[in-house]
Amino acid sequence: MSGILVIAEQRRGELRPVTLELVSAAQQLRRTPDERVAVAILADEPDRFIPEVSVAGVDEVITVPVAAKDFDPDALEAAALALIEARKPAVVLVPHSIDAFGWAAALAVKGDYGFATDVFRIAYEDGKLIATRGGYGQKVNVELEFPGKPVVVVALRASVFKPPEGRSRPAVSRFEPPRAGTRLTGKEFIEASAGEDDVDMTSAEFILAIGRGIGEQANVERFRELADAVGAVLGCSRPIADAGWLPKSRQIGQSGKTASACKLYVAMGISGMKHVSTIVAVNADPGASIFSIATYGVKADIFEIADALRRQFPN
Amino acid sequence: MKILVAVKQVAALDEDFEIRADGKDVDPDFLVRDLNEWDDFSLEEAMKIKEASATPVEVVAVCVGPEDADEALRKCLAKGADRAIRVWDETVVGSDAIAIARLIAAVARREQPQLLFAGAQSADHAFAATGMAVAAFLDWPHAAVITQLTYTPGEEGATLRRELEGGVLHEMQIETPAVLTIQLGINTPRYASLRSIKQAAAKPIEVLTPQELGVPESAVGEAGSASRVRRMYVPEKGRAQMIEGSIEEQAARLAQLIRERTGGAA
Repeated sequence: MSGILVIAEQRRGELRPVTLELVSAAQQLRRTPDERVAVAILADEPDRFIPEVSVAGVDEVITVPVAAKDFDPDALEAAALALIEARKPAVVLVPHSIDAFGWAAALAVKGDYGFATDVFRIAYEDGKLIATRGGYGQKVNVELEFPGKPVVVVALRASVFKPPEGRSRPAVSRFEPPRAGTRLTGKEFIEASAGEDDVDMTSAEFILAIGRGIGEQANVERFRELADAVGAVLGCSRPIADAGWLPKSRQIGQSGKTASACKLYVAMGISGMKHVSTIVAVNADPGASIFSIATYGVKADIFEIADALRRQFPN
Repeated sequence: MKILVAVKQVAALDEDFEIRADGKDVDPDFLVRDLNEWDDFSLEEAMKIKEASATPVEVVAVCVGPEDADEALRKCLAKGADRAIRVWDETVVGSDAIAIARLIAAVARREQPQLLFAGAQSADHAFAATGMAVAAFLDWPHAAVITQLTYTPGEEGATLRRELEGGVLHEMQIETPAVLTIQLGINTPRYASLRSIKQAAAKPIEVLTPQELGVPESAVGEAGSASRVRRMYVPEKGRAQMIEGSIEEQAARLAQLIRERTGGAA
């Protein structure tokens, strides 16, 4: 088994940017300079994505036309399985994304492949593939190995690997997948509605975010007022949005808005948003995992620090 | 009509903890166990279907785990599950999500539910893999990260919404029987009453071994897994520069940071 196969992710005619991060990871993982990196595009019209995935480090682009226009796990599993059996790569990289949640584990079962999710480091050590992920709420790191598995499917965490710079002229080939019956059919995409709240988290440069630690809904106002005073946009964790204490449009993290413009993030007792350049974590628990990714840490009660910080901004 | 709800007894770390002597997991003395938060929502979704149905619906909770996992199953019984099944023997030790899924699939073959729910992920290791792996073993239709479900017992399909990145929802139609993984926020899980907690304590929990489910020893534990833990370790303590001092001093430094980084506008 040799070679690394990257499975591109696309949605509604657009390549998901994490795909190029996977290419970087694949490039770094090569055991020899001539180990090949191939990108497979599984889509109803795969050819349209060829230019976009022709980035530095890609040796080959494989177009795999699948019948389904929208996400169809059965079609993706059947196509990927046939392609892997034909090509026998050592490693198959997919993103740790919502779509991949819906099919990558099933692919691993059907092919009897090695499998790991939410991996943030991958390397060969003494010829053995080692994937590292978090455990116990990211408080420990876990190194996984894959004995007896010649093919390993690895779902990589987004925003860990930087997309490659530069272009390439990869060979392009086509792979006809087997036909799969459709048992899950897309009906429509529904955009997140901001309701009466017109905040755009994607353009916010300074976010102050709260989570369950605020205890009750009545305390939201205190932090909203603080956010206003310091010039931040107030964001929240999933439970706060689910409870309806703040609109869904304010939710940050995995399935919430990607706060791509955010440069300063003050996390009041919550985690998340590793991509932000300056993270200030306020947490009463000195063992909180966010202290390992934050730029600055404040070990304090969020209410006490909120009140004290408010006094620093008297207007 | 039956709904199988796969649940997990998850573990959180004590503030101070030690890694086991073999370096592959945390010493169990330092683990605090509870029902996985996502599974509360799965069970509630099953209960909602049961309570809205004109025809009888049985809700069965299943958990792969040692005896202390009974606690998670009793929680499900207290919230209204009709039966509880626990799968375990010593051969299950070392199983990853894939090997666990194989056992849950074996229970599903025996129970023949129309819907099988699992949490979208678990709070401790967050593999987000078990549910879809179960579906693959069963060759059933499957969908992950569901935040809305419409299903009427007796019908051959269900309408669901997956929650994608950026909060976009994808409405889809799925054939049943199906495996669905449930996301937080799909409903508001109920609390169990003291009375039902007491009643649940007296209810039986059926305990099955892999062998009784027809799963050979070679298909569970490390041998039946798609990965094996080589090492667990505490990552280098973060690069966070701690802001020390009294609350007022901490706040003053934080204010200074904010002013620096927002160009002093605030």
